[in-house]
Amino acid sequence: MKRTDTSNPSYFHQVVDCQWGCPAHTDVPEYIRLIAQGRFTEAYMVNRESNVFPGILGRVCDRPCEPACRRGRTGQKPVAICRLKRVAADHRDEVRHLMPEIPEQKNGKRVALIGAGCASLTVANDLMPLGYECTVFEALPVPGGLMRSNIPSFRLPEEVLNEEIAYITDMGVDLRLNHPVESMQALLEQGYDAVFVGSGAPKGKELRLPGREEGGKNIHIGISWLESVAFDHVERIGEKVLIIGVGNTAMDCCRTSLRLGAKDVKVMARKPRDFFKASDWELEDAEEENVEIVVNHSPKAFVVEDGRLVGMTFDVMEYEIENGRILEQRAAEEVFFPADDVVLAIGQENAFPWIERDIGIEFDQWEVPAVDEQTMESTLPGVFFGGDAAFGPKNIIWAVEHGHQAAISIHRHCQGESLTDRLPVTMNLGSRKMGIHEWSYSNDFDPAARRKMEHVDLSARFRELDTEVELGFTAEQVATEVERCLNCDIQTVFTDRLCIECDACLDICPTQCLTITGNGEEAEIEERLRAPRLEPEQPMFVSDPLQQTARVMVKDENLCVHCGLCAERCPTAAWDMQKSLLRFPKASDHAFGSEEQRKAG
Amino acid sequence: MTFIAKPKIKLPGEQLNEIGLKRSDYEGVLSTLCAGCGHDSITAAIVQAFWELSIAPKDVVKLSGIGCSSKTPAYFISGAHGFNSVHGRMPAVASGALAANRDLVAIGVSGDGDSLSIGFGQFGHAVRRNVNMLYIIENNGVYGLTKGQFSASADRGSKSKRGAVNRMRSIDPVATAIALGGSFVARGFSGDREQLVPLIKAGIKHRGCAVIDVISPCVTFNDHEGSTKSYAYTRSHYNPAVNAEYIAPAEEIKANYDKGETMLVTLHDGSRILLRKADSSFPPTLRSAAMRYLEAHSSRGEVVTGVLYINEDMPLVHDIAGTTATPLTDLPYERLSPGSEALNRLQKRMR
Repeated sequence: MKRTDTSNPSYFHQVVDCQWGCPAHTDVPEYIRLIAQGRFTEAYMVNRESNVFPGILGRVCDRPCEPACRRGRTGQKPVAICRLKRVAADHRDEVRHLMPEIPEQKNGKRVALIGAGCASLTVANDLMPLGYECTVFEALPVPGGLMRSNIPSFRLPEEVLNEEIAYITDMGVDLRLNHPVESMQALLEQGYDAVFVGSGAPKGKELRLPGREEGGKNIHIGISWLESVAFDHVERIGEKVLIIGVGNTAMDCCRTSLRLGAKDVKVMARKPRDFFKASDWELEDAEEENVEIVVNHSPKAFVVEDGRLVGMTFDVMEYEIENGRILEQRAAEEVFFPADDVVLAIGQENAFPWIERDIGIEFDQWEVPAVDEQTMESTLPGVFFGGDAAFGPKNIIWAVEHGHQAAISIHRHCQGESLTDRLPVTMNLGSRKMGIHEWSYSNDFDPAARRKMEHVDLSARFRELDTEVELGFTAEQVATEVERCLNCDIQTVFTDRLCIECDACLDICPTQCLTITGNGEEAEIEERLRAPRLEPEQPMFVSDPLQQTARVMVKDENLCVHCGLCAERCPTAAWDMQKSLLRFPKASDHAFGSEEQRKAG
Repeated sequence: MTFIAKPKIKLPGEQLNEIGLKRSDYEGVLSTLCAGCGHDSITAAIVQAFWELSIAPKDVVKLSGIGCSSKTPAYFISGAHGFNSVHGRMPAVASGALAANRDLVAIGVSGDGDSLSIGFGQFGHAVRRNVNMLYIIENNGVYGLTKGQFSASADRGSKSKRGAVNRMRSIDPVATAIALGGSFVARGFSGDREQLVPLIKAGIKHRGCAVIDVISPCVTFNDHEGSTKSYAYTRSHYNPAVNAEYIAPAEEIKANYDKGETMLVTLHDGSRILLRKADSSFPPTLRSAAMRYLEAHSSRGEVVTGVLYINEDMPLVHDIAGTTATPLTDLPYERLSPGSEALNRLQKRMR
């Protein structure tokens, strides 16, 4: 094998599993270290740089970083990355003076943003400092989009939402509330230099079954119902409630029902638990509130008596499952569940009735627009999509990343530059060596278990709809949880020509992830590793032939716990622990050049 | 050395040996030797060999004298018995330990100072008497603990770190052990784990005194140009003459081998050692041939490694002395201390 090209930023990026897993590439280990030092404001700003809404995401993020976390591969639960983000947000000082300066002199380019949700707000956040005039059109009377209408306030308090949205709207965004866009063509005729569509996937899926029309008064579409609750249009629900579907919206619906007077809430799932779409932690939170999750029940009919919904019938399903796939299914029997109300939470879809189909914006058969994954541009130059509007329902953190990328594209479009000719990701490596046994990071492996978030008592939490359930971490919990981070961004950097092949690093490595062996094809080398390669998609480092024996140093990154012992035991400093600081270019880098370029003058 | 301890991490898919122990169960406390010390490599090889042989830590006794090498028994098999004795006196303590309990698997770790200077006599007698132990000499050619003076194994003409040339002849522990009639004599190199682990396994299983001289570069005082015990010198003058492969009693011999270049030696417990000769000119069962080979190649500055002499049929000191084969702890008190009556009878016999 040839030497692994570690100068390519993607190699070390992949080693930082959380940052690799985060669509917006949040520098997780860096902000966790800042929290450990009590520098909450700095930790907040490191977050804001990538994910724009740390307070919001610290509560409701889908956290793709956590299943990716290296901790999870050492036989433990992942670091509570998401909740530590909330710690940074909760304890930060005033940050307004740290926000980018907005130039008085505008650059003369006007951008229209449709929908005041996370995607549009991110675009405005990135473009306002560059002198763009951003106009946001929002159908509702308040900004926030799905974050406000679909996420219940007991999970995401209104103040948190208002504050982080205000950081952006206060940049001088022309926010037009109660202003639904009814015609794309009409909007385009107003002469904006670019249009961004961030209107989400606002249409809840329907369930066409017998009795749907007759019982309609007590059958609700999940996301619309949540929106009605958020805007106080709905304040009560019946005592017995059935939720159809078992995604994260279903979890919000069942927990909201409990706060509106329901006593007996059941979530009805068609398949077994392994097939649930909801995140594990959202399922746990719902079950903690005594919501019953009923598996293998496929909805059959709404039962209506005397014009009023009384319940639903279901087929009890039997499945034949092999290796996580359903081979066969059949209905064993039919059962009846009584209900006063039913909430349908079986998914949501894009809907663009206001975009004319003859103006050059192409859609596929499922109403999803044709959008370029890199530039976020539609088939009509100058019209961009992001968030759920672009590729169907995803999550907030994806919407934020779409926003960042769309902002770059909009900037380049407005400046008449190529959209695809974007700045590359850059990386800086800096040694963390402070002395013979001293590193400027906490390298001792801490075996502590994941801290458990404390919740408000069950008896207290249902009294008010907006009582936040999670109490946040205590100081002691924070102190332990930050130490669980393995500092995966402190990389093991190998200088081939310095190695004298003394084996000291191999012997001290607690996970046996290092091997010195003869060179060969990847498969041969894999066979000779001291510890089996359990995750082939994790990167593997191979050095140049070493000086004394022409063997190669091999490192399977999978299980490295970044304890730095290899570097500490190395007599020639062939191994060093170096922080990889990755820089993902934003619109401002495209406008002013990267920070490095600016410094170089 | 390191300030943080090697963390114990439960790894998915970690292998267990036949008695259900992890490799890390054979480790000891954290080494305080210099980073890059060959001795740490040997420690790791010992850990690997004992783990692979599935020897229960409680059946092992670790013995050592004084020196960098003699610190290392603390760094492997924490669950074993141990005795860190006086400088150069490890063989005497080992003889005593085995007199008291012949069932113990004894491993003595010594160095070139401990065995070739102050303890040279002890070393010679352990070999001559064939004490049933693995006797490892971690040989770096310098006194590391006293800042790098030449030891008795430093080659004539080699240079110290400060440039002084050694003008005295060296003692070769391998040639010495063969000359003294040792039953198992081998040499290894700390930087060649693939060769060393099988050598250690064969040495453990050999019935008698298995001497393994392991070239172990002193990364602090003897890893420079002009040294003949550095990593670079050893590698560039490396001559692996006879590699050994340990084969457990029930195990089949998988490797196909050419009869002229390999030899099979059957050990007492039915296990075997497959010897592979790089040079078919000498059989490692013939003492004079081994000496001639060593002499010819050492004079060219080569580091000859591998099993250089083996003889499974030499009697053990405790067989010759006729001491009890039952561990003393297993003997009833009346037999261990038969009383004044018995003492009188014994004394009468000697009058």
